[in-house]
Amino acid sequence: MRTLLIYALVILTGLVFTARLLYLQVFDNSLKLRSELNAVNKVYDIPQRGFIFDRNGELMVSNQPSYDVMVIPNNVKNLDTLAISNLLNISKEDLKNSLQRARVYSPRLPSVILPQLTKEEYAHIQESMYRFPGFYIQKRALRDYQVDHSANILGFIAEVNQRDIEQNPYYQMGDLIGKTGVEAQYEDVLKGQKGVMYIQKDRFNRDIGPYKEGIYDTLPIQGKDIKLTIDTALQAYGTELMKNKRGGIVAIEPKTGEILALITAPGYDPALLIGRERSKNYTQLYYDSIAKPLYDRGLLAEYPPGSTFKMITGLVALQEDVTDTNESVYCNKGLSYGRGAFMGCHVHSNPVDLHAAVYHSCNAYFGTVYRKIIDKYNSPQEGMDVWEKHLKSFGLGGFLGNDLPIGRPGKVPTSDYYNKIYNYPTYKWYSPATISNSIGQGEIITTPIQLANMTAAIANRGYYITPHILKDIEGDTTKDTLYTRKNFTTIDSAHFDPIIEGMFDVYNKGTAKALQVPGIEICGKTGTAENFTRIDGKRVQLTDHSIFVAFAPKDNPQIAIAVFVENGYWGGRYAGRIAGLMIEKYLHGEITRKDMEDWILSNSLEDEYAKPLSGEPFRINQ
Amino acid sequence: MQSSVRKGKFDWITIFLFIAIVIIGWINIYSASLTDSADVFFNFDFPHSKQLVFIGLSVILIFFILGVDSKFYERFSSLIYLLAIASLVGLFVFGSTIAGQTAWYVFGSVSIQPSEFVKAATALAMAKYLSDIQTNIKDFKDQLKAFVIIGIPIVLILLQPDPGSALVYFAFIFPMYREGLHFIYLLLGFFAAFLFVITLAFDPPLVIFGVLLIALILFLKNKKKKPNLLKYFVICAACIGFSLSVDFVFDNVFKQHHRDRFNIVLGKEVDIKGVGYNTNQSEIAIGSGGWTGKGWTEGTQTKGNFVPEQHTDYIFSTVGEEWGFVGSFLVVLLFVLLILRILHLAEKQKSTFNRVYGYSVASILFVHFFVNISMVIGLFPTVGIPLPFLSYGGSGLWAFTVLIFIFLRLDSQKHIHG
Repeated sequence: MRTLLIYALVILTGLVFTARLLYLQVFDNSLKLRSELNAVNKVYDIPQRGFIFDRNGELMVSNQPSYDVMVIPNNVKNLDTLAISNLLNISKEDLKNSLQRARVYSPRLPSVILPQLTKEEYAHIQESMYRFPGFYIQKRALRDYQVDHSANILGFIAEVNQRDIEQNPYYQMGDLIGKTGVEAQYEDVLKGQKGVMYIQKDRFNRDIGPYKEGIYDTLPIQGKDIKLTIDTALQAYGTELMKNKRGGIVAIEPKTGEILALITAPGYDPALLIGRERSKNYTQLYYDSIAKPLYDRGLLAEYPPGSTFKMITGLVALQEDVTDTNESVYCNKGLSYGRGAFMGCHVHSNPVDLHAAVYHSCNAYFGTVYRKIIDKYNSPQEGMDVWEKHLKSFGLGGFLGNDLPIGRPGKVPTSDYYNKIYNYPTYKWYSPATISNSIGQGEIITTPIQLANMTAAIANRGYYITPHILKDIEGDTTKDTLYTRKNFTTIDSAHFDPIIEGMFDVYNKGTAKALQVPGIEICGKTGTAENFTRIDGKRVQLTDHSIFVAFAPKDNPQIAIAVFVENGYWGGRYAGRIAGLMIEKYLHGEITRKDMEDWILSNSLEDEYAKPLSGEPFRINQ
Repeated sequence: MQSSVRKGKFDWITIFLFIAIVIIGWINIYSASLTDSADVFFNFDFPHSKQLVFIGLSVILIFFILGVDSKFYERFSSLIYLLAIASLVGLFVFGSTIAGQTAWYVFGSVSIQPSEFVKAATALAMAKYLSDIQTNIKDFKDQLKAFVIIGIPIVLILLQPDPGSALVYFAFIFPMYREGLHFIYLLLGFFAAFLFVITLAFDPPLVIFGVLLIALILFLKNKKKKPNLLKYFVICAACIGFSLSVDFVFDNVFKQHHRDRFNIVLGKEVDIKGVGYNTNQSEIAIGSGGWTGKGWTEGTQTKGNFVPEQHTDYIFSTVGEEWGFVGSFLVVLLFVLLILRILHLAEKQKSTFNRVYGYSVASILFVHFFVNISMVIGLFPTVGIPLPFLSYGGSGLWAFTVLIFIFLRLDSQKHIHG
C-alpha cells in the first residue's frame, strides 16, 4: 500500500497532464487563433476623409496626401541613430525621445516618429527607408482647405491623443480625428472606416503573405462627403466686412433653420492648422488672449441684446393682451417709474403707439407695457414666470440644440433669480425692479446665434426651426427631425404683423433710415448695448456694442441675420451697415450700396480696442 | 572480487530515458533561444550553445560518478551533507546576488547554484539517517531529527530567498512515508505546501476565508456523526496560524528585495500585463500547437518572445507549440516512465540506504515535474522551478545528473554491497 501511493500519484499526474494537454491543444481552438493573431501583423489602409462642400456645392475642404514616418519599436534592428536622424533632419535627442515614447505606447504597434512630410522630403526619405528596419512611411490624407475663412465652422483635425484612444479603440496613435467644429461633430461620417490587412509573419518577422488568404481583411470605406448649409460666398464677404472689427454675424434661412453664414471676427485661416507648423500656429492662436481668434463669438459670446429685444416685449404685450396696436404712450425723453426712478429715451415724435415705438426704439413705451405684463398677474413672481415662458419659446435662455459642438445658453432671468438677489420674502420686489428687461438691458443676455434665431422666428411669424449646419450627406438630404420640426413660439401669429411693420419702418422712418437697400424690403432693428470692463480692479465703461437684427424680404423672408460688433457704438453705425450689405449680397449677389461697403471696409475699430489696454485715460462713444 | 562484478550492471533503461530527455531539452532550448535575426549553431552568447557545453561536461561528471565505488556515497554522505550546508552558508559571505537572489557562486564566466546540488546531498543524508539501525521513523524524536535534516537547507534557501527551490524539499515526505512515517504527515506535508503556495500567491484573508469555508462544509456534512468541535477549531487555527506566519515572515522578516524576488518567482511581478500574463501566453503557445505542432523552430509564440523565461522555466511551452500534443505527451510520458523506473529500481534495492535514496531521487524529480508543468499548462500558480533536463541551466542539469547517476551507481552495485 505504502509503495503504491507514489506510483499512483505519478501516474495520476501523467494522466491529468495528458488530459489538460489534449484539451488545450486539440479541443480549445480559441488559443490557436490567439497565437496566430500574436504572429500576424495588421496593416491599416486609411481611407480618405470626406470632402466638405457649401450649400451650393462649392468645395470648401478636400484632402492632400501627407507622409508620416512611422516606427514599430520591436522591429527596429541595429539602428544607426546618426544616419536616421540625419536622414529625417531631426536631432539625435529628439529621435531618442520619440523612440522612447513609441516604445512606451506599444512595442508592437506603429507610432509616428516624424509627421507630415512634404512631398520633397518624402521623395528623399523614401529612397533610404529600406535601410532602417522597423521604420516605414505611412501615407495619410491631410486636409486641403479651399477657403481661407470659416475655420470656426469647419474646425480642425489633429492626431488623436491618449484619451481619444481610450474612449474609442478604433483610433490608434497617429490617426487623425476631428477636434472642433464640423470635423468633430460629423467625425463618424467624415472619417470612413479603416481597412485592415492581416499579414502572416514568419519567425524572422518577415511578411509571408496575407493571413488565411485574406479572409479577414477588410477594404477601407471612404469617408462620406458632406454639404453644409453655409454659403461660402456670403461667408467670405462677411469675413471681409468684419476685418479690423470684433464680433459675430449669424445668418439663417428662416424657413429651414439652415445657417447661411456664421462669422466670428477675428478668425484665422484654417490652413494654419495643418502641416508641421500646426502646433506652433495653434499655440499662437491659443495664447492670443486679447483678440481670441479661437473663440467663436457667433456661438459663444453672450451680450445683452439691447434694443433688438424690444420686439419680443411688444409681442408678449400683445399676446398677454395688456395693450393693443392703438394704445399710445407719451414719452417725455424717457419714463419715470416709481420713487424717482427714470429710464431715459431719445427725442422723437410723440405720442407713440406700438408701431412707432418699434421704429423709434422708444424706451418709455416698452417700459410701460413691460410693467403691465408683469403687473397683470397677482404677484410679480407669477408675472415673471409668464414672461420667462414667452422668452424661452423664442429659443432664448437655453442651448439651441444645434449641430455645432459648442454653444452658450445665454440667460433669461426667472422669478427665482430675482427672489434670490432681492432676498425675497424679507424684501419684496415689483415690476420696476426688473424694468431694464423690457429694453434688453437687464438680466437678459443672448448669443448672436440666439438673436438670429429669434429674428427668424419673427420672420416666420411665430416659429423657428432649430438652426443647423449640415445640409446633406453624400446627396442624402434627409435631416434629423430635430432640424425639420417647427418650434412654435407662445405668440399667436397674428400679433407679428404690427411688429414686422414697425421693423419695416425702422428702415423707412426710424433708426436705420440711412441704411436702405434699393429693391429689398428689409425689416430690421437697431440695438446698442452698454458694456463694461475692469481696469486695475475698477469698473470702466467702454464704447457701446453695435447690434443689428434684420430679415428680408418682408414677405417670404429668405434670410434672417444678427450682427454684433464689439464697441461699434450705436446699432446703425457698424452692425446695421453690415447687416444690409450681407442681405444684399445674399439676395442679389452684388452690392449697390457701394458707399456703405466702402465705409465698412475703410473703418477699423482697432483703435477702439486698443483704448482700455493703452493704460491712458480715454473717452468712449465718440 | 571480479572486476566485472565490481563495475556492476547499469540500468540502461534509465540511462536511455535520461539521454532522450536531455536531447529533447537541448532541441527545445535551441529553438527557444534563437533570435529572429539568424540561425546560429554555435555561439557562446546563446543559451543553446552554453547548454551544449553543459551537457558535454555532464558526461564527464557521469563517468566520474560511476567510477567511484558506491560504498563511498553511503560512507561519506554525512560529510557531503555538511559540505553542502556549508556551501549554502558560504553564499551569504562569498555568494553573488543575481536578480535579488543570493544563490550563486561566480567564478569568472561560470556561475554555480549550490542549492541545486544540496538536493542530492540531502537525499544522501536522509538515506543515511533512515537506514541507520537505531533510527525508528515512527518515533517522534527520530522524526524530528529527519525534519531537521530537511529543515536546515529549506531555511537557508528561503533566506536567499528562493521559495521555489525550498518547496522542492517537501519531496522528502515521500521516502519518509515509504519507510513508515504516519500517513498524517504526508497529508500535513501536502497541506502545508499547498497553504504555503496559496498564501504567497494570493492573500491571507482569502486563504483564511477558504479554510473556514472548507471547515464549515465538512462540519455540516459530518453533523450527524457529532463531530468534535475542538478538533475543527484546532485544525482551523493551525491552518490560519501557518498561513499568517508565512505572511508575517514574508512581510516583516524579509527585506523588500527579498520580497521582490519571492514575487518574481511567484509570478506576481513578472506579470507585466496583469494577472496571469505568463501563464496565459504559455497556454496560448501550448494550445496553438495542435496535434503535431508547428514544427521545430517554427513556433511563432516562441519566436515572438511572447512567453517570458521561455528557455528556462517555461521551456515546456515551446515543446507544446512546436511539437504539439504528440511532442508534449511524449515528454510527459518520458518523465512518468523515468520516475516510475527509478521507483521500481528503488523497490528492488536490498539496502535501506539505496532504497531511500532512490525514493528521494524519484520524489524530487516528481515534484519538479509536477510543479513546473502544472504551472506551464495553467493548473498551478506560478512557482519558478525548472523542468529537469529540459530547462536551460548548467547547475540544474548537473545536479539532476548527479542525483540520478549516484542512484544508478548504487543500483549497479546492489548485489555487492547489499
